[in-house]
Amino acid sequence: MIEIIINGKRIKTEKGKTIAQVAKENRISIPLLCYHSDLKIKASCRVCVVEIKGDKVFQPACSTKVSKGMEIITDSKEVKNARKTNLELLFSQHKEECSDCVWDGKCDLLKLAKEYKVGINKFKDRKSKYPVYQFGNSIQFDSSKCIDCRNCVEVCHNQGVDFLEIKERGSFFQIVPSKKKDRDCVYCGQCLTHCPAGAFEAVGEFEKIEKPLKQKDKVVVFQFAPSIRTSVGEEFGLPYGKVVTGQIVSAIKALGVDKIFDTSVGADFTTASEAEEIISRIKESKNLPILTSCCPSWVKFVEQKFPEFIPNLSTTRSPQSILGGLIKTYWAKKEGINPKKIFVVSVMPCIAKKFEITRPQLRIKEMRPVDLVLTTREFARLLVKRNIDFAKLKNQKADDAFGSPSGAGVIYGASGGVMESAFRTAYEKLTGKKLQNVDFKDVRGMKNVKEVKIKIGKETKKIAIINGLGFAKNFFEELKAGKRKGYTCIEVMACPGGCIGGGGQPMPTSEEIRKKRAESLYNIDKKIRIRKAHENPVVKEVYKEFLNKDKKLAHKVLHTSYNKKLKGTVKRV
Amino acid sequence: MDIISEIKKQKLTGRSGSGFPTALKWEMVKKAKSNKKYIICNGSEGELKNFKDKFILKKYPEIVVEGIKAALKTIDHSSAIIYLRKDYYYLFKGRLKKLIKDFPIEIVKKKGGYLGGEETVICESLEGKRPEPRIKPPFPVQSGLWGHPTLVNNVETFYCVGRIIRKEYKKTKFFAITGKNKGVFELPEEYTIKQILKETKNYPSFKFFIQSGGGAMGEILLSKELNKQVEGIGCLVVFNAEKTKPLALMKEWATFFSKENCDKCTPCREGMYRISEMINEGKIDKKTLKEILIVMEKTSLCPLGKNAYRPFQTLIKKVIL
Repeated sequence: MIEIIINGKRIKTEKGKTIAQVAKENRISIPLLCYHSDLKIKASCRVCVVEIKGDKVFQPACSTKVSKGMEIITDSKEVKNARKTNLELLFSQHKEECSDCVWDGKCDLLKLAKEYKVGINKFKDRKSKYPVYQFGNSIQFDSSKCIDCRNCVEVCHNQGVDFLEIKERGSFFQIVPSKKKDRDCVYCGQCLTHCPAGAFEAVGEFEKIEKPLKQKDKVVVFQFAPSIRTSVGEEFGLPYGKVVTGQIVSAIKALGVDKIFDTSVGADFTTASEAEEIISRIKESKNLPILTSCCPSWVKFVEQKFPEFIPNLSTTRSPQSILGGLIKTYWAKKEGINPKKIFVVSVMPCIAKKFEITRPQLRIKEMRPVDLVLTTREFARLLVKRNIDFAKLKNQKADDAFGSPSGAGVIYGASGGVMESAFRTAYEKLTGKKLQNVDFKDVRGMKNVKEVKIKIGKETKKIAIINGLGFAKNFFEELKAGKRKGYTCIEVMACPGGCIGGGGQPMPTSEEIRKKRAESLYNIDKKIRIRKAHENPVVKEVYKEFLNKDKKLAHKVLHTSYNKKLKGTVKRV
Repeated sequence: MDIISEIKKQKLTGRSGSGFPTALKWEMVKKAKSNKKYIICNGSEGELKNFKDKFILKKYPEIVVEGIKAALKTIDHSSAIIYLRKDYYYLFKGRLKKLIKDFPIEIVKKKGGYLGGEETVICESLEGKRPEPRIKPPFPVQSGLWGHPTLVNNVETFYCVGRIIRKEYKKTKFFAITGKNKGVFELPEEYTIKQILKETKNYPSFKFFIQSGGGAMGEILLSKELNKQVEGIGCLVVFNAEKTKPLALMKEWATFFSKENCDKCTPCREGMYRISEMINEGKIDKKTLKEILIVMEKTSLCPLGKNAYRPFQTLIKKVIL
């Protein structure tokens, strides 16, 4: 223990901590802007500066470690003025578009502008003529909003993508999309969730949110992803990880939507199909390890960076695509609706899902299974626009036709969830025995690479679960080089923690927040009586009544294909 | 001979401008526990109107190399790098190689501009990364190149060490002077600016002011303020007070800094841009300028930003007003 003094107050603390950490623990407010708990400390914004007695210049609280007897002043006039000037300089390079921003006015920049009485227009915007880039049809980067913290460059590198680069243009270094042929955006959106300035957004983010409500001559069907049930509440001031499944249904109903189904039921179908694939590939020793394919960023990454692993990808479609397909085939027929008149909207934690629905391989009879994807943020914005007071809504249940999900379908939203679900089913199918303990706890958690051995009958299967694309990149390079071997299945989710950390999720994000969202998913699973996908009565019924009767159509609804891909478009808009 | 005690006895301080006691730096690297250590001879001077390292490398390369070899002997498990700016690399590589013989000393060409000479930037750039300053601490003496204890000294510092070994050190310092008798001069380090200008025949007959300590970062001094020593690197520039346009001078500095800074931290990146803007538009708002100079000095990340305020502040205070 050492003693330091902050603003005259004696504080006992441990060596090795930063001034910012100690201040936070003692409820002393120091503004942080370029700091993000997921990333390295860069100390570049210089907004967290403090005075240290005996030091003639100020030091950043985020990177400066406390030492014995250190006397720190965080709130002198000089310190406040310096922060104010630095904030004014930051605003001078940031074009404000607060009404159309992923932060929705809740960014730290604006909060600090108020606190420090910052003249946000003191200077002409330096970057007003900087370009807006669009990556494929999924992400836009408005470089006129960028405040040069370079969090996006770091996170893009951590993702193993390295698509965002720092290049010298004139007398400034700028962040630009890579021109290199082998570098392409995978639309994971981690740049977006780690940008303090709202310089990234999904294409059409917020502009097209009312589209579902304008389909006058169509039957509008909503589905919502497993992970959003423990995250969307944050947009309405509810605590992190709050379970709001019933309120999501009520909110969608309040929008006047015709039907609402739960994508977690789609996940149960994905599990059933993927478990079949696992079993047949194990029996035939073919295309192993089998790789999960419900994460579209991961699929694109494989198609571009590791095409030799394309045969290993599970051909089973993602939950939203299967459910969308079933809505337009099985359900349409049952209800006597022309499937061309159905408009399926998915609420997803993900930007890449917007890309996924445009994949031509997913078409069934020339129809896209899903017509529009709204991110969690867009969905929340739509509710606000329609004056729906989410926090006060009562719980309702999704529509009957696709019933309720198993617990397995819900945990899809967290890293490890897909493997756990698949093995709850595959175990029983392979051994013919009932699985007593369904909790595969080793596959859970935020660890980026989890290696687990699962005993199935007399055999032990080695599986790996990876979250964070950069870790997947290293893993597969080692696999290619023969440094790793013997895996039966590998689950990969591009985003940290899985979909609960997705690029379409509410901001901010951090490991602590992601943990809470994931824990809540496991709590839901615990409380559901049916915890295995193949035991879900809806799954049984749809297989019996529909999928088993028309194998050709069933294959179309349940499976897809992949191909080696070239770099997508990067244009200026 | 215990070289560190000898250096301590001579009270040698680093000649890169920081004035850090050389013996202390050597001791820190010597004492640091590591199975690998690095010694870097920094020959990447990039200050405007400073050219004293070039002079030393041309005239006394053997003494510089002797200084480096002494460091190699003093510091266990060490190898050395002579880090040279591009033009110096091509000029002096051949001669230095002959002097190095089979000692573990490598000659490396500098990447990046002015900032490329800062000690942590050198480490970053030698590791193949972008030439940007690191957050200190840790200091290079603790964790420098590839995370190993690293001794970074200026060409002139190694020259002084070389002289100390030869028992020829006379407490001299090199001064690069831009005046009517432009050149590099080796003079006693305790000389005042006035003495230096007079002795080198650079003391003008007209009304003048000077910039002391670097052609960009140095402070502005009036003719009545010359009874002191040069702070920073030994670099003096004489300006004709009647013929020099202060705005043009500030523009030269601002252009230099804007081009040479790394754009990492806010005050230096945006502050220097706004200073340039005000100068270019010929509309200087004194209050805003003052605010910017304060944050540059007090909150910049590296020595470039922290010191770039000085010429502007002193010029405005002493010449413009």
